[in-house]
Amino acid sequence: MPLATIDDRAPAAPAPVTPAAPEMRGARLLLEALVREGVDTVFGYPGGAVLHIYDELANMKSQLRHVLARHEQGAIHMAEGYSKATGRVGVVLVTSGPGATNTITGIANAYMDSTPLVIITGQVPRKMIGTDAFQEVDTIGITRPCTKYNYMVREAREIPAIVREAFYLAGTGRPGPVLIDIPKDVTAEKAPFVYPTELRLPGYRPSLKADQQQIEAALERVLAAERPVLYVGGGIIHSGASDELLQLAEALHIPVTPTLMGLGCFPSAHPQCLGMLGMHGTYCANMAVSESDLLLAIGVRFDDRVTGRLDTFARGAEIVHIDVDDSSLSKNVRAHWAIVADAKSAMQQMLDALAAHAAPLSPQRLDSWWKQIETWQVRAPLVYLDSSDKIKPQQLCEKLHRMTDGKAIIATDVGQHQMWIAQYYGFREPRQSLTSGGLGAMGYGFPAALGAQLAFPDRQVIAFVGDGGFQMTAQELATAVQYGANLKIIIMNNNSLGMVRQWQEIFYDRNYSHVNMEWTPDFVKLAEAYGATGLRARHPSELHSVLEKGLSTPGVVVIDVIVEVEENVFPMVPPGGGISDMVLE
Amino acid sequence: MRHTLSIVVENHYGELARIVGLFSARGYNIESLTVAETLDPSVSCVTLVTSGDDRTIEQIVKQVNKLVRVLHVEDLTGSSHFEREMVLINVRTESHTALHTVLSLVANDHCNVAEVMEDGLIIEATGEWKEINALVQKLVPFGIRHIVRTGTVAVCKHPGEQITSLVGTIASSGQDLQHRGTE
Repeated sequence: MPLATIDDRAPAAPAPVTPAAPEMRGARLLLEALVREGVDTVFGYPGGAVLHIYDELANMKSQLRHVLARHEQGAIHMAEGYSKATGRVGVVLVTSGPGATNTITGIANAYMDSTPLVIITGQVPRKMIGTDAFQEVDTIGITRPCTKYNYMVREAREIPAIVREAFYLAGTGRPGPVLIDIPKDVTAEKAPFVYPTELRLPGYRPSLKADQQQIEAALERVLAAERPVLYVGGGIIHSGASDELLQLAEALHIPVTPTLMGLGCFPSAHPQCLGMLGMHGTYCANMAVSESDLLLAIGVRFDDRVTGRLDTFARGAEIVHIDVDDSSLSKNVRAHWAIVADAKSAMQQMLDALAAHAAPLSPQRLDSWWKQIETWQVRAPLVYLDSSDKIKPQQLCEKLHRMTDGKAIIATDVGQHQMWIAQYYGFREPRQSLTSGGLGAMGYGFPAALGAQLAFPDRQVIAFVGDGGFQMTAQELATAVQYGANLKIIIMNNNSLGMVRQWQEIFYDRNYSHVNMEWTPDFVKLAEAYGATGLRARHPSELHSVLEKGLSTPGVVVIDVIVEVEENVFPMVPPGGGISDMVLE
Repeated sequence: MRHTLSIVVENHYGELARIVGLFSARGYNIESLTVAETLDPSVSCVTLVTSGDDRTIEQIVKQVNKLVRVLHVEDLTGSSHFEREMVLINVRTESHTALHTVLSLVANDHCNVAEVMEDGLIIEATGEWKEINALVQKLVPFGIRHIVRTGTVAVCKHPGEQITSLVGTIASSGQDLQHRGTE
């Protein structure tokens, strides 16, 4: 068989046709399938190739709420925020060509941060594919490296089975985005609606339970360790394993450090929580990891922002790595015990094994380790200098914690503001922190917060963004106002691209190159132009009252907080350095 | 080090592109690639030759295994298997001496003359990639006008149950093999 034809075979397993199945056009099949999957909200933007779908959408208003974004990037970040806050699969609907390409940043972001999404893109009619037709782009080709899987629908009758598979793939194992590309004529073609009762995915076997022997052996190592650390991340949140984590950590009386993506999976205020580790993690967390003799890593991927220089990372530690994604194990750091499993199941197994353990654990067994950890905590806690005339970003984050009782859902972009929130907000629960971690996408925070707010209209949701990132997706103010969102947007305004500025200051000898926003709009007036409320705080003395007013004003409120420009995020692991070589100030 | 991987994949739209894309995206090398369907037309087998240290190969195997439609991946290097590659070489033989030398060389190396032309021969050879390399080296001095290699195909000597059930079984829906060849 010639190489080129491997693609042309074996149509997807057709749904069995029963005489009773009602015929409907592809567009309707798609929406009916979404309803079957429990979808209540679709974030989207119409266009030529999805006209039939939008035509049907208008008839299904009672079952499916459509949120009309102002840019497809906004739509997909909303779906990500919706998904991250709820744990459900987020759904995006856009047209072909530019509609699809505008979602790429969000797709790549969801892929990096394991966010379950189903993205439906229109495509030109089947006969026009490959002719460089109007608004044609090879969406499947473009998204192949940044989706968990993608589908080109070739016949309307395939739609229900593809939707079913797509939701299953997106939400199981290591979650991720799945894209369905549908040519326009397929959405007009009629076929019976038959929802498949079973899936045929012989090559996809997401692991759930860990090998019991491995768990028991790993537990023995953990119990034998004198300086153990529990390093946990987004995988805990995806598998809903926070309760198991708390039980396990308390039973072992072991220090816990979450990654950026894991914030909230373990209560920040818990006495065993050392704070975040990594490039801008706490000194204590990084020292504890560096000096540990056993690292129990669960639902993490040893990202470079966590490990710093690899050859010095946790050099003396035996590493037990548990993750649902086999390819994450021993990818960056060789694990002595590599266990493929869902975090929740694996921790439950560990708890069961611990309960069956003959000798009860002595509460004093790690006393000297905890004493050592306390000295690091005392030596370099998170600190900043207060100022009488300038608002400090850290002060803003701390204040926000107090005023929301640490219970708000907070979405951020990437950069200094993101690190300060991670350091100072003190998340209590999983799914409270929505952030662009792996991809580091500016423009994510505000639409993600909007998506979360539309999922939880009664919760306090805050978009905490920089002045740079906000300007990347600020047009979604119209969406927020249109849908009556009770959303607060706090702009940490330092009039510059702060993290880049910080690097230029420290590593490029203050050669500031294109990091100052020499012209920014008046964000208060911008808010007002969109029909939102705009407020500003310039001086520390007015910070409290402005925040108080802003947080209690209903509807969309933009709070422009002018902060100290020269403030840097510390502590910091310099690029190429090991995490024990932190620059403290 | 050179590794030969055997990848069994569902024969679906775009799956080969997914495998190849994975290699280029992650900076892995593809030294050769062959693909064809198995006894079950809904399943294809890819033989892919790559190189890297043990850690890289482990990561490659895991990444390929992670692809949704990939049914089985095996690193054949280090286990007992049989490899072959085929080559077609169009070599210049303008003088009688050249023709004689090439013909004797061909006879010694157990390869075939597939076509005789006025000024050259098309040589067809099958062997392990090292043998093919050696043959090519011998023919270079005569002037190679065109050469095409198929890349390595490899088969397990003692395959596990899983491979046999995937590639060695005629699917109930499978058409007659002779027919499929002409598609």
